Amino acid sequence: MFSGSARSKTGAFAVSQSLDPPLLAARDLALTVRGEPLLRNVDLDIHAARRLMILGANGAGKSLLLRCLHGLTRRTGGGVYWRGRPMDRAARRAQAMVFQRPVMLRRSVLSNLLFALGAAGVRKSERRARAQEALEQARLEHLARRPARLLSGGEQQRLALARALACRPEILFLDEPTASLDPAATLAVEQLISAAHSDGVAIVMVTHEAGQARRLGDDIVFLHRGAVAEAGRAAHCLSAPSSAPLQAWLEGRLYLEETRLSAEKR
Amino acid sequence: MSEIGAIFRAAFELILRWDSNLGEIVTLSLYVTFFAVALACCIGLPLGAAVGVFRFPGRTAATVLLNTLMGLPPVVVGLGVYLMLSASGPLGPLRLLYTPTAMIIAQLVLVTPIIAALARQITEDLNREYADQFTSLGVGPFRKLWAVLWDGRYSLLTVALAGFGRAVAEVGAVMIVGGNINHVTRVMTTSIALETSKGNLNLALALGVVLLAIAMAVNAVAMAVRASAMRAAYV
Ligand SMILES: Nc1ncnc2c1ncn2[C@@H]1O[C@H](COP(=O)(O)OP(=O)(O)OP(=O)(O)O)[C@@H](O)[C@H]1O
Ligand SMILES: [Mg+2]
Repeated sequence: MFSGSARSKTGAFAVSQSLDPPLLAARDLALTVRGEPLLRNVDLDIHAARRLMILGANGAGKSLLLRCLHGLTRRTGGGVYWRGRPMDRAARRAQAMVFQRPVMLRRSVLSNLLFALGAAGVRKSERRARAQEALEQARLEHLARRPARLLSGGEQQRLALARALACRPEILFLDEPTASLDPAATLAVEQLISAAHSDGVAIVMVTHEAGQARRLGDDIVFLHRGAVAEAGRAAHCLSAPSSAPLQAWLEGRLYLEETRLSAEKR
Repeated sequence: MSEIGAIFRAAFELILRWDSNLGEIVTLSLYVTFFAVALACCIGLPLGAAVGVFRFPGRTAATVLLNTLMGLPPVVVGLGVYLMLSASGPLGPLRLLYTPTAMIIAQLVLVTPIIAALARQITEDLNREYADQFTSLGVGPFRKLWAVLWDGRYSLLTVALAGFGRAVAEVGAVMIVGGNINHVTRVMTTSIALETSKGNLNLALALGVVLLAIAMAVNAVAMAVRASAMRAAYV
């Protein structure tokens, strides 16, 4: 269906080395808000059970890209395809997302899980067992009755992750799930993500840490000012970056150069 | 001075021995307002939440309308309900004028917009916070409506209590449609007006004290509910 070889300069097809059709694909995705291009020419393929890390400086458009892929923000150009077809509500149900700041309902931890399962169409008789299973996986059983909004940041992030996974998605979007967590909580979240991946869930995750991208990523996409600057295997790109922005970002120079450039422009 | 002192003493005596006349008036007042507010919640909460949560053409107009109806003058409501219920009105054959049911209807009309308007604000704020999560989970419209009503339960309970406070203290509307008939449609506020004009200050003052006590109790409950909800971070 997609003869996108002409686009391979963006690197989208370096990511898709498997021959299976992609689970989720973006083609020439663009988002322009009030004349400002926030995302442009984004091509990427996400294959089943693979882990894609989205990297980039603050404000590069990582969160917006995730929102467009999941269908929370309406793109202004290009297409997003689920198994080769345009996205619809059924397709969104096969996806789950954990936000940069977790959204907790004003209920107990257990009720938060039950609500998500109900929304996902799980039968009432099965919800409790599924919720219990998710609690155990996230090691939150002892907090089941606690109001969710009283949990610590790390516990809330684990609950958000457990809630997303309880619905058994085929793909999981994560927006900086370990930002502002301590090393132990980060490890717990990374373990949950790895466990989900072993169960066959595709992972699309925004992160600011090259180390985390190496640990958890099969592939990476590096965004620079709303466009894909580099894409490919995580191990390769992060050790031998070919684009200037990724090189600069890895060396921690990106921010400094940006400020110098904008100063020169003025 | 000693005369006012005597009136106070007589009023408290009426309350303490729970004078049968006083008891009847207070009971009817609470009965009418309780039913009016319960019905107003059944209508106003889902209505307010629907306006707060769903996008539809005319949503802004609906919001403005609710906020305007919130400030309806009670006597105008009374007049409107009177016209509907009077012998020549569309509901005349039901013969409801000058019955407690008529007073319930008047208070219902008065309080429903208040509850709906406040519920809209609360549910809209909640929905703004939850919208992305709901979309991500694929939550359907009815589950969404129910979810914001449930998650706003403590705030909405204080809304219901505010509605109760407003309805129980209202005079004009129930006077017009109830007629303040002895042993039939005499509630606290209308009795206070009547007894004062008749010079029977003992009963008037006793009713006034009871009315104040009810208002205070309602406020105390509202504050306690809010405090316990705060502790669970549910507000
Ligand atoms: N609704 C919006 N309208 C206009 N501009 C927006 C909107 N949302 C985001 N932006 C802008 O788009 C750019 C990208 O935002 P985005 O949140 O995707 O960045 P990010 O890469 O996730 O950054 P961070 O690492 O800080 O989370 C930012 O400059 C932001 O100000
Ligand atoms: Mg972001």
